[in-house]
Amino acid sequence: MKKLSLSVIGMYLMMAQAFSQTNATDSTGYKPKKLKLDEINLVSSYYDQTADKSAVMGGEPGPRGVANVTDFANGLDLTFIGWDKKKRKNTLALGLGIDYHTAASQAYVDSSGTAKNDGTRIYPTINWTRENEQKGTSFGIGAYYSAEHNYYHSIGLNASVSKKNKSNGEFSLKVVGFFDKINMIYPSEFYPVDSLKNTQSSDSIVYRTSASGQTQAFVYNNGQLVSNSDKHKPQTPTKPRNTYTASLAFSQIINQRLQGSVEMDLVYQTGYLGLPFHRVFYNTGKDTIENLPSQRFKLPIGFRLNYFLGDRVILRSYYRFYVDSWGLMSNTFNLEVPVKLTPFLSVSPFYRFYAQTAARYFAPYKVHSETDTYFTSNYALASFNSSLFGAGFRIAPPKGVFINSLRTLEIRYAHYMQTTDLNANIISFNLTFK
Amino acid sequence: MLKYGLLLLTVLSMASCAHVKEYQKNRINDSEMSLSSRHVEKNELNAESYREGSSGANDGKTGGGCGCN
Repeated sequence: MKKLSLSVIGMYLMMAQAFSQTNATDSTGYKPKKLKLDEINLVSSYYDQTADKSAVMGGEPGPRGVANVTDFANGLDLTFIGWDKKKRKNTLALGLGIDYHTAASQAYVDSSGTAKNDGTRIYPTINWTRENEQKGTSFGIGAYYSAEHNYYHSIGLNASVSKKNKSNGEFSLKVVGFFDKINMIYPSEFYPVDSLKNTQSSDSIVYRTSASGQTQAFVYNNGQLVSNSDKHKPQTPTKPRNTYTASLAFSQIINQRLQGSVEMDLVYQTGYLGLPFHRVFYNTGKDTIENLPSQRFKLPIGFRLNYFLGDRVILRSYYRFYVDSWGLMSNTFNLEVPVKLTPFLSVSPFYRFYAQTAARYFAPYKVHSETDTYFTSNYALASFNSSLFGAGFRIAPPKGVFINSLRTLEIRYAHYMQTTDLNANIISFNLTFK
Repeated sequence: MLKYGLLLLTVLSMASCAHVKEYQKNRINDSEMSLSSRHVEKNELNAESYREGSSGANDGKTGGGCGCN
């Protein structure tokens, strides 16, 4: 009886132990993480240009065609990163850009040279990306807004997908749409002066240039002037310009020291593709406003190849071929050579060469004929070569620059010159905080 | 010049792509080996898009969204 009791107790204890095992604890300890500020980038640049043959003055050489420009551009980017329950990485990028520029040619929108010659552009952006690191896929969407004093405002939308393969390659596709509204501000000589004397019999907009050289728009409703009130503010008419882009890219790690990529954009633009204050002077001396086709197809293809030479030198090369439906063709070649003086300090000299053939609608000052259908004297569409050269300095010590959170400091200077006699200097700073 | 680009593309596609393990990517993962433009180049790219007739395929604008080409 005692043996039977002990046996029963023993069996009971064995059965109890069998059911007393707890589940093994999860050793990975994975927990979703909310979006958290990961990085702040601040980029600031000062650009200073001297040139003539401005598009506002129809490519006129000399003092009246002055095209001197200064631009103080600033951009702040905030990157937030988090992980969801399915171990997917979510990235939210917020950006804000503010540029202030002066442009000597802008003053000649009024033929007296007294129009406002400066302006401010503000452009916020927002982008969200979800990445599945296990599958090697990602998906993203974004929006962009830009407003530039007196000239235009723009809304942009984008979506992107990418896929990594097992051979260290990655495909990506991005589609972007920009929907711009161009304010139709014409050169002053094309505005009627004191046109209020001419009564209107129907709804219309009349522009008047005052003695001070300022041009205003006045809205008429049934022949009655409607202006200077909060409800009926004078409005400048606008025209749309839409740009649609599909970007295809492929990158590949070739070996431990070499990787490259190819990117191709398919671009279609439609709408008002010129600018209303760009003059053209005919060979007769008479001036008009540039007239460009309402459609444009662009095809740029870019190639990058980066090679880590030895232990301290990197070769960053880039080549782009471009062609469009306006007959413009260009080649761009860029070589940058970062040299690591220490593991955290590098100097990067660079050189960029660019060669462009003219768009078929371009002609210099007083060359266009009055029988031409499309015409422009904007030297950005002329035939020219340009060179950009300079050097950058980058420091990124593990304990930060001056303070722990300032992880990277970059300074870069470039000199730019075109064979159109345009010369410019640009100095840029980038601060990265983590 | 296009032929040089095609040559680069050929090198990219025909080159013997060695299988590079994660622990062998110390040079590839260097920030200056990145296959994109630097942050600090952003405003240079903008200036080029205003002064030149071509754009795109370089992490910058392709047109639109600005008073450029």
